[in-house]
Amino acid sequence: MAVYERRYKRYEGEITPQRGRFWVIPRYAIKDVFSSKLFVTFFALSFIPSLLVGAGIYLLNNADFLAIFPELQVDQILAIDGSLFNNLMSFQIWPAFIIALIVGPGLVSKDLANNSLPLYLSRPFSRAEYVLGKTTILAFLLSCTTWVTGLALFALQSNLAGLDWMMENLRIASGVFIGSWLWILTVSLLALALSAWVKWRPVAAFMMLMVVLTGSFFGFIINALFKIQWGSMISIFAGIKAVFRGLLGLPFDGGLSAPLGCLTLLGFGALSLLLLHLKLRAYEVVS
Amino acid sequence: MQPVIELDSLSVQFGSVRALSQLSGSFSGRAIGLLGPNGAGKTTLIHTLLGFYKPSTGTARVLGNDIRHQDRAARSLIGYMPERDSFIAGMTAVRFICLMAELSGLPKEHALERAHEALYYVGLGEARYRKLESYSLGMKQLAKLAQALVHGPRLLFLDEPTNGLDPPARERMIKLIREIRDTGEVHVILSSHLLRDVEECCEEVLILKDGQIAQYCNLEAERRANRKFLEVEIRGDEASFLNGVRRLGCDCGPGSKRRLKIILPPERQIADLYRLAVEHNVQIRHLDYKKDSLQDIFLKAMHGMPPATLQGADHGSL
Repeated sequence: MAVYERRYKRYEGEITPQRGRFWVIPRYAIKDVFSSKLFVTFFALSFIPSLLVGAGIYLLNNADFLAIFPELQVDQILAIDGSLFNNLMSFQIWPAFIIALIVGPGLVSKDLANNSLPLYLSRPFSRAEYVLGKTTILAFLLSCTTWVTGLALFALQSNLAGLDWMMENLRIASGVFIGSWLWILTVSLLALALSAWVKWRPVAAFMMLMVVLTGSFFGFIINALFKIQWGSMISIFAGIKAVFRGLLGLPFDGGLSAPLGCLTLLGFGALSLLLLHLKLRAYEVVS
Repeated sequence: MQPVIELDSLSVQFGSVRALSQLSGSFSGRAIGLLGPNGAGKTTLIHTLLGFYKPSTGTARVLGNDIRHQDRAARSLIGYMPERDSFIAGMTAVRFICLMAELSGLPKEHALERAHEALYYVGLGEARYRKLESYSLGMKQLAKLAQALVHGPRLLFLDEPTNGLDPPARERMIKLIREIRDTGEVHVILSSHLLRDVEECCEEVLILKDGQIAQYCNLEAERRANRKFLEVEIRGDEASFLNGVRRLGCDCGPGSKRRLKIILPPERQIADLYRLAVEHNVQIRHLDYKKDSLQDIFLKAMHGMPPATLQGADHGSL
């Protein structure tokens, strides 16, 4: 079908492998996401806390710097342990959530609003691959601000403090990695599910915010009324904080336990998948 | 010749509504028109063949691929132009078509090349860097056709491709469809409620009614088989004139718009009709030679006439 021929011709060339075809979606979407200056600014700002912690780790491992302040009690200022990483990750889940709030609601709603789902699904491309492709967009962005920076700081500390420190604190690395992924998947699926059910992007973003805020609010009320702790199971923030505490080996703080936190996130994830399963169809059928 | 579509007791049910009922048949035409009134099941049939709906019973094969077990393989051979507006907002036409090509499995470089070519082919070459939402309705229809063609399918489903087009745009779309058909590289299935579109583009017609096949025929064979008849409009005593016509040995029956359809046997002339009109004091206001049009075939199918022509069709068997 060369331009000069202006004639229909069948394609007989090579075909890409089916397994990796879902990557086409994030490849196109990431370009669009980074075309927004506002998003790029926020994305860059989300790295500041990690950079500050990184600077702190570097300075506290720097003999020249410590020699300037001989009376400095390093452990009292910044103990580089599970607690530090827990605080960092507990903070980093917020920018990650905001990124999901900015990007997520437009991912599916845009396709539904313009009826483009039949175009995806009329090709050798399944609904699962579509969801995987869309989730990958958020997973990439959220990974940058959570486990990638977390593990980079862990690697920096391991490099500066030595192999012994690394071997003693391997739990931190695995905790950061697993906890971040639980958060990424939960938030991504929640964002996609709401994007699929609410076609108007700002409303979908508002709904997502409401799900999180009302969950935290009602969780607090239930806990206060019934003198229990598992009321927080309707709050994904309470859930992820409990998961990070458990995974990073911190003592139980009286809130949600790590398994219940994990259950909370899995529950939200499963519910989001169910919503996606119900909504993501080439055409809706009214029985 | 490998059948394009084989239906094997295919039924599709939505709740208590049976959208397609026990469809069976084998169709191998180069261009098949899918006709039927609203709700007949045309779009449901296309969607089922694309795997959007699961058959409740039976199955179908698209170019030999079973839609129950080889749906992905079947879809890789299909290009689909949906009825409704379908695009991704915020994308230029070329980027959109390129994305669709990559999703169909074309490598990045080939996809981009074919996207440009497909847009030139449908006549959107100059507008290919414009965002899709800025396109007119006619241009969006062409963009939908380009995305259906970009991966070089072997079977093209066109669902109401001339919807909302003005006459020149419609002409262009029909010309394109005919060109695509005539390349011989792709089979076309055209679903439309506009008989003229089907008549101009298709060689065969599948007429659906209430989710069932009402008729499948080869249009050319049908035209050849049709006897010429006279369409006559009279004023006066219609009953006695009709009796007289029958006595002359002619077949006759009611036609459209209160006109009569009369088939003259070879030994009779039109002059005999004029003579008869004089005898019965009847005025002949209109007299013309006609052949059954697609509209007649369609109306016959809709009014439950026995599908006598089915067995006579050259292609496909039911």
